[in-house]
This record gives sequence, structure tokens and C-alpha cells, in this order.
Amino acid sequence: MKCTKCGGVAVIGMPQHRLNLCAEHFAEWVPSMVQRTIEKYAMFTPEERILVAVSGGKDSLSLWEILVQLGYQTEGLYINLGITHENYSDNSQKHAEAFAASHNLRLQVVNVRETYGQSIPDLAHARRRGSRACSACGTVKRHIMNRVAYEGGFAAIATGHQVDDEAATLMQNVLRWQSGYLLRQAPVLPSTHPKLARKVKPLCHLYERETAAYAFVRGIDFIDQECPFSVNAKTIFYKGILNQLERRSPGTKMQFYLSFLRAREEGLFREEQPEAELATCRRCGQPTTAEDLCAFCRLWEAAS
Amino acid sequence: MPTATIKYHKKEWAVESGMTVRAAIEKAGLDPYAVLALRDKRLINDQTIIEPGDEIRLVNVISGG
Repeated sequence: MKCTKCGGVAVIGMPQHRLNLCAEHFAEWVPSMVQRTIEKYAMFTPEERILVAVSGGKDSLSLWEILVQLGYQTEGLYINLGITHENYSDNSQKHAEAFAASHNLRLQVVNVRETYGQSIPDLAHARRRGSRACSACGTVKRHIMNRVAYEGGFAAIATGHQVDDEAATLMQNVLRWQSGYLLRQAPVLPSTHPKLARKVKPLCHLYERETAAYAFVRGIDFIDQECPFSVNAKTIFYKGILNQLERRSPGTKMQFYLSFLRAREEGLFREEQPEAELATCRRCGQPTTAEDLCAFCRLWEAAS
Repeated sequence: MPTATIKYHKKEWAVESGMTVRAAIEKAGLDPYAVLALRDKRLINDQTIIEPGDEIRLVNVISGG
């Protein structure tokens, strides 16, 4: 397989783009795709400060490297969830820290157990929902990202979601016609409150194997351990189904996602109920749709 | 037929040289969209012909997110 641009040996074939690229041209192509995505959705400008949520994995570390390369002002945020199975959290923290140190970047680390008194597995166990640590994890991560972004005066929070993540989420939401979730699935979620930063997904036009390939080509040392709670996760199952479709018809995942975004833009989805006005959480002071405690604080109250 | 070695997670198996990486991936029952192949720590495309004595590492690229 030859590089479409130079005729050298290709390291990756991307049938959905009818493009095969060598390491050098692939390393140029990926950041140019990300830049086009940032501009297409008006995600942020070079003047704004961006908080990059990093997990130590291929997507978030590639994202951070690309944003730096493109000249954006970034800082990293790593959230240590306290998952001790095979030292998962500590290993991922080491990868995030090593990346930040080698690129001379600033990384903030929030350790959930040290900051709030319990780890994510403890919290899930206390709720007697051990197998559903993922929902607690999502709530905790969103809360911490919002808090750090607000306290640090960041304009946006960037996450490493790519097409496979987005298409798998979309498939789950479509199968249940969860119109509220569908309405809120977008490359950019604007800020709806001064304490809630804009959320952006600059990798949302790249396939997951492309972000992984980019990490290898650029020598980014990422954690290849899988979160123990995500083994047999529904997301992985849906990604497998989408990949089967992709093998039969290259570009299916991308078309599924982009057609959805167009339909969303054209107003196909609407709120079942008007969006509630945001109140202030009595405990932490963050905005919430609830009347008293936000979802994050309810989680800790229930576990205490 | 001389053989080559494929490594994936903690597993390791022999394959015949002369086939493509993609054929080896599919023969192992893996999804070619879910793995990347490395030879000597360098990324190789899945149409690469496996040479005798090659050691190819397959890396899973699909995560739970």
C-alpha cells in the first residue's frame, strides 16, 4: 500500500477518505483535520485558554499534542479516580505526567480520594452499584472539570472524543430515542452558565484507529490498559457493530454521525420539556437543574 | 512454509509468512478496524505481506470511553 501523496510506504489506509498515508504525511494530515474541525464548529480561538481533559490514553494525549502543535494555549487536567485494579489509575497518571513533563506543559492533577475522601470504586460500592461505577465516574469527572475550568478561568474544556465514541453514543441514544440526550450530543456544547465552561471535541472527525495510529507515529507513550470497569462495556459492543458496518461500507460511521449532526442542526430533535433554569447547589455552589443538591453532591451524600 | 509470530495482549501464535497482516488479523477472529499492527515498534499497514521471522504486535485501539 502506497502513500497517496508521495508514493512511499503507507502506514495507514483510510478507505472512507480513499486515502493511504505514510508516517510523515499522516502526521501532517491529522493536525490539519483537527484544525479544520476547530474552525468548522468555531470551537475556540488561539486567544482563548483551553483545559484539556487527559486520561493518559491515546485520544486525549494525541489531542493535547495536536493542540500544542497548532499553537493553542492549553493546560492539562488529569483526574485520578482511585481505580487500584492493576494500578490502573496510578499508571494512567504516570503517562499523563510523563507526557506533560516531556512537552514542558502544565498539568493539574485532582485525586478524587484525597480531595473528596473516597475513590470512584468506593463510591460505587457504597451505592451498592459496583457494576455501575461508570455513571458515578461520569458525574464526578464532569463536576471536577467544570470546577477546575471555572477556577482557572478557562474558556473551554476539550475532550478526546472521536467518531467511534460519538457514533457509539449516538447508536445507544437512537435505539432508545432519547431525544434529550440527542439534542445535547454535539461537537460543541456552549456554556449555559458562567460557572459552566464550553465543552468541545476537536477529534470528532477522526476515527479511533486514526488517533491511535497518530499516537504511534508521533511516539506518544499512552496507557494501553483498559479501564477495568469498561470491560464488556456497552460502548465497546456498539463500536464492534459499527465496525462491522464500516467493513461492509467504508465511511458508514462518519456518515451516521455527520448526518445526525445535520438533522440536529435542522431542528429534527427538540426538548420534550423546556430547559429548566439553573439553580445553585446548596453544598458546592455549582449550577444545577435540581432544586437543592446537584447530582455530584447527591452522590456523596448518599455514600456518606 | 516459514512462519512469523503474532503477539496480541499476552497471547502469541505462529502464522505462515506470505499472507497479509489483515488476513492474519481476520484469521485470528479479530476485527481489522479494532487493531493496529506494529513491526519493530513501527506502525505497518494491514496490506503488508508478512515476512519469515517477522514479529508483529497487534494493539487494540477500541476503548470503552
